[in-house]
Amino acid sequence: MQTQGKREQEMAERTYTVLLADDDEDFLTQMKVQLEAAGFEVIAAGGQAEAEKLFAAHEVDIAVLDLMMEHADGGFALCYHIKKARPGTPVILVTAVTNETGLEFDAATDEERNWVKADAMLAKPVRFEQLRREMHRLLEA
Amino acid sequence: MATELRVLVVDDEPGMRMGVRRALQDHEVDLPDMGETVRFAVDQAESGEDGLAAIDAAPPDLLLLDHKLPGISGMDVLDRVTERKLDVQTIMITAYASLETAISATKRGAFDFLAKPFTPTELKAAVRKAARHIMLQRQARRLAEEKRQVRFQFISVLAHELKSPIAAVEGYLRLIQDRTLGENLQDYAQMIDRSLLRMDGMRKLIFDLLDLTRIESGQLKRDLKPVDVRDILQDSIDGQALTAEQRGIAIEMHAEGPTRMTGDRGELAILFNNLVSNAVKYNRDGGRVTIAVTGDEQTLRVAVTDTGIGMTPEEVDRLFKDFVRIKNEKTKNILGSGLGLSTVKKLALLYGGDVTVDSEPDKGSTFTAILQRHTEAEPTDEPERDTTLAADGRPGAAE
Repeated sequence: MQTQGKREQEMAERTYTVLLADDDEDFLTQMKVQLEAAGFEVIAAGGQAEAEKLFAAHEVDIAVLDLMMEHADGGFALCYHIKKARPGTPVILVTAVTNETGLEFDAATDEERNWVKADAMLAKPVRFEQLRREMHRLLEA
Repeated sequence: MATELRVLVVDDEPGMRMGVRRALQDHEVDLPDMGETVRFAVDQAESGEDGLAAIDAAPPDLLLLDHKLPGISGMDVLDRVTERKLDVQTIMITAYASLETAISATKRGAFDFLAKPFTPTELKAAVRKAARHIMLQRQARRLAEEKRQVRFQFISVLAHELKSPIAAVEGYLRLIQDRTLGENLQDYAQMIDRSLLRMDGMRKLIFDLLDLTRIESGQLKRDLKPVDVRDILQDSIDGQALTAEQRGIAIEMHAEGPTRMTGDRGELAILFNNLVSNAVKYNRDGGRVTIAVTGDEQTLRVAVTDTGIGMTPEEVDRLFKDFVRIKNEKTKNILGSGLGLSTVKKLALLYGGDVTVDSEPDKGSTFTAILQRHTEAEPTDEPERDTTLAADGRPGAAE
């Protein structure tokens, strides 16, 4: 709790805005509540189309996207558009794809990041602490 | 489809080997009922030892095996093939009138026997029978594999569908446990509502699954007797009355002509419940559900029309598959198992009928169940019986 409080204090200097996109309504709500509790401002989108619209209308510091939304590769497409429009925006892809298809994606090497376009990939179920760590790493880089 | 079967002739008489080769090399066996044409590639061996070496190198599909060989006997070769459970059908060539040898060969795993001397026509008849058996076996194996795949896929999706509400509820409980929104219980109302809704969805999935299993297993005896579909539909309407009233949806039923048919009340209730509850669920507030019962002497049609969200033609195409739920902005707050319509379809087929859909986005949909008024029980498990027969490998099953 101590370190968490300290980190929140550091964060208080600047409120980051997150674009959060997931078509699982419950997962979206839960992530939003947790991110807000951790001091982020959250723009939540229930799908790829909504996320594209919200991204065009808002300044965001970081994006956390689900990979499979209306289309199986919606997250990839969205990520590509974000990187194209504002290359400096860090993007984290969250996916259950490994769990569901056995395919493994990763964004650990430059080559993979180049292909995937995302800065990090996390497998569902995501532990919130892990997501938060990744977000801070990318935001403070 | 054309298939080439590999034949190995093991015989110490060169004339016999040549004769078999000549008879089979340009020969074709037509199996029109299976959509197959079979051709043959013939190899030969002049002793049991050579034969076994050839079988070891690459097992043939069909083995023509002379009983009386100079070294290892034909029976020993047969035993080796049987012992190693090779996928080889053997026709034993025996001396004329040695019926006992023939019977003993069949007992030891041979598919058939041919008595020397035989004519090319007799050879071809025996080979035809064996080829048919091999092709049936392959088909049965393919079907069993496909079934296994479908089953596996079904279970993976099912596991996922059962896991996802647990993850959702667990997530909410942890947020509540951590007091993420503070100490005021009122602030958690939405989380609690969603949790209850997801659990309700899970319960519905389990019930739908039980319905589906009951229909697919065909183990429960169907209780076919005269029923009036109006009564069953009225029960379905009553079941939806509360939900419909809360959302200001009116449900009405019209019947033209006789409404009686022979059916299992439980099955028809599942069918109609699914159609009526969908018509309410995917309707707009203040909408209407119209149920029309029509038909002729043979068939009965139940058309359920709603004034709801409707579907695009692409969405309609995918609709009747297991676990397919149309996912879009309009359906995201409607819970369903994705099993309802696939169950409806299976039931309609059981009544020699079908389910058709007519739909327009934002206008509504009409689902029509077309049912035969009188159906004989269980037309559906015929192909299965075929499969089991052919797969158990008895020679008699082939012809």
